[in-house]
Amino acid sequence: MAASGKSALNKAPLLEVKNLRVEFPTRRGTLLAVDDVSFEIAAGEVLGVVGESGAGKSLTGNAIIGLLEPPGRVAGGEIRLEGRRIDNLPYEEMRKVRGAQIGAIFQDPLTSLNPLYSVGRQLIETIQTHLPLSAGQARQRAIDLLKEVGIPGAEQRIDHYPHQFSGGMRQRVVIALALCAGPKLIVADEPTTALDVSIQAQVIALLKRLCREHGTAVMLVTHDMGVIAETADRVAVMYAGRVAEIGPVRDVIKQARHPYTEGLMGSIPSLGHRSERLAQIDGAMPRLTEIPRGCAFNPRCGHRGQRCLVERPDLMPAGSSRAACWLHDPRGVGAAAVGELADA
Amino acid sequence: MQIEGLKRHFDVSPPWLVRMLERRDRQIVQAVDGIDIAIAKGETFSLVGESGCGKSTVARLVVGLYTPTAGRIAFDGNDMGKRRGRAQTSALRRRLQMIFQDPYASLNPRWRVFDIIAEPIRAFGLAANKADLEKQVGNLLRQVRLTPADGRKYPHEFSGGQRQRISIARALASRPEFLVCDEPTSALDVSVQAQILNLMMDLQRRFGLTYLFISHNLAVVYHISTRVGVMYLGRLVEQAATDTLFKRPKHPYTRMLLDTIPDLDMTGRQRVPVAGEVPSPINPPSGCSFHPRCPFANERCKLERPQLLPVEGGAVACHAIEEGRIAVEERTYATSR
Repeated sequence: MAASGKSALNKAPLLEVKNLRVEFPTRRGTLLAVDDVSFEIAAGEVLGVVGESGAGKSLTGNAIIGLLEPPGRVAGGEIRLEGRRIDNLPYEEMRKVRGAQIGAIFQDPLTSLNPLYSVGRQLIETIQTHLPLSAGQARQRAIDLLKEVGIPGAEQRIDHYPHQFSGGMRQRVVIALALCAGPKLIVADEPTTALDVSIQAQVIALLKRLCREHGTAVMLVTHDMGVIAETADRVAVMYAGRVAEIGPVRDVIKQARHPYTEGLMGSIPSLGHRSERLAQIDGAMPRLTEIPRGCAFNPRCGHRGQRCLVERPDLMPAGSSRAACWLHDPRGVGAAAVGELADA
Repeated sequence: MQIEGLKRHFDVSPPWLVRMLERRDRQIVQAVDGIDIAIAKGETFSLVGESGCGKSTVARLVVGLYTPTAGRIAFDGNDMGKRRGRAQTSALRRRLQMIFQDPYASLNPRWRVFDIIAEPIRAFGLAANKADLEKQVGNLLRQVRLTPADGRKYPHEFSGGQRQRISIARALASRPEFLVCDEPTSALDVSVQAQILNLMMDLQRRFGLTYLFISHNLAVVYHISTRVGVMYLGRLVEQAATDTLFKRPKHPYTRMLLDTIPDLDMTGRQRVPVAGEVPSPINPPSGCSFHPRCPFANERCKLERPQLLPVEGGAVACHAIEEGRIAVEERTYATSR
């Protein structure tokens, strides 16, 4: 597992996100919802993106597939897919990329399918938009895809409508839809949140198998650390619009480097140990309008030093991960005079 | 709290005329189909199960939001179904309160937080005068780690976790002994969930509260409960003390649920997905309702409905366990964190 993760890292990245900023202009000024986020995804790799609601994880995913809800917009940075810049493409161009090269899976399978068309019609339409196939060939491919995602009796089910499928089956159809044109990257935004635990396990196993077989990379956005632990190769933890920590999944879970990640992991109830109290991080994530100066986590952090109050940390190497925390700066977080550090 | 043979059926049939024209029968959902639970004072009894298994219906039946189709609910020896005078009903209701799942929907957006929390106090006449009312509300807000000044705000000014604290303060306002919590943390982020669960455990210790806790999250249930009941299609399939249930699960459905919990220690390990989905409660399978998904099912399971039989301090409804066809599994969990 670790070895395959390393070799994937050495290859040129499939997706490269550099200094991405997403802004929302509002009456009271501009809100910076995603602030200077950078990461890479290698071919065939699963990158998990976790964070609490409002951390900017879904917006990052939406920016990559080019579906930011206005008035949100990409205000800076670049997104490259196989070296080609995709964040500034015209709408029609982006439509071709989306679907053909990037597939999307959303949280609620009912809203991502059109209730008035049979699933077959939706699959065939998508296939024919992106691949030069005849109607008959497209239908055959649709049936093959439904079989592949584990829908029993695909030949009959293809003519059924979304409401005739259960939640888990619907999510399988959505996955088939995302796979239509054989994309290189799938952006999955909370794909299992609306499902029951037993169905969730089925969908995760399916997603993992498909990635392995097709070599598809996945950006898995979720708030469920358990899902990430099982599925992802690497994980990025987001807090208040920034990446707090990024690294191999095992290291982030077992040896969290950022105090926020550490608190987050502690607050997840686990079957391994039962204590009187769960570890908790006091307070709540700041609203976008009131992000504190310096490190955004500083009001809730137990390791806060002088420096955290004024200077914002960037990602810096910490063990095998990278964390945005002054604890990992050789110069430390201590009471060092602020001016001194700024000069150095 | 004593629940015996509790049933609640919902009629979901089409209108009479349509039924006559299309020659269709009535359709009945057996949301809760015969449940017996006894909850002792001061304990936390949890009900778990997948969506549609009837756990929320049980919660609503217990607080009296639904009337049972059959069966009896007794609270501290008083039969809840019995007709009695207004004063007596009100006295009984005061002792039973409920916390709902969605803190965005369960607080009136047009009321100030002070009025939301003061409502039960006023309704049950628990405050002597205005100053006393203000003092009580202030104390309640402090108990849930908010400040008395927050009472002047409206619910929309609070985050999800803070709103759930307000719901808890409202539930505590009438000084109840028994709280029914229907998925109180499933709409919250994990770090906030930890805060709320800790708060609930603190309050329980302080006021000697009894909880009926409804959740689909087994890890949460493991932390908060003393005993757990597992529901499947309107029936209890297994109940046991928390440690017994998690360390020595018996019913195949319980084992399946435990297998599907994503745990942080599972990194890189393959989870065994279980085939199949929860069948429709309109036409539940014959015999044991779990038999179509059960790896141990045989002819008897298809025909005969298993009864809840006592085993090892708990109870299990499974033919295979009764006949000794399947052995009890010992489970251990990694504690490496």
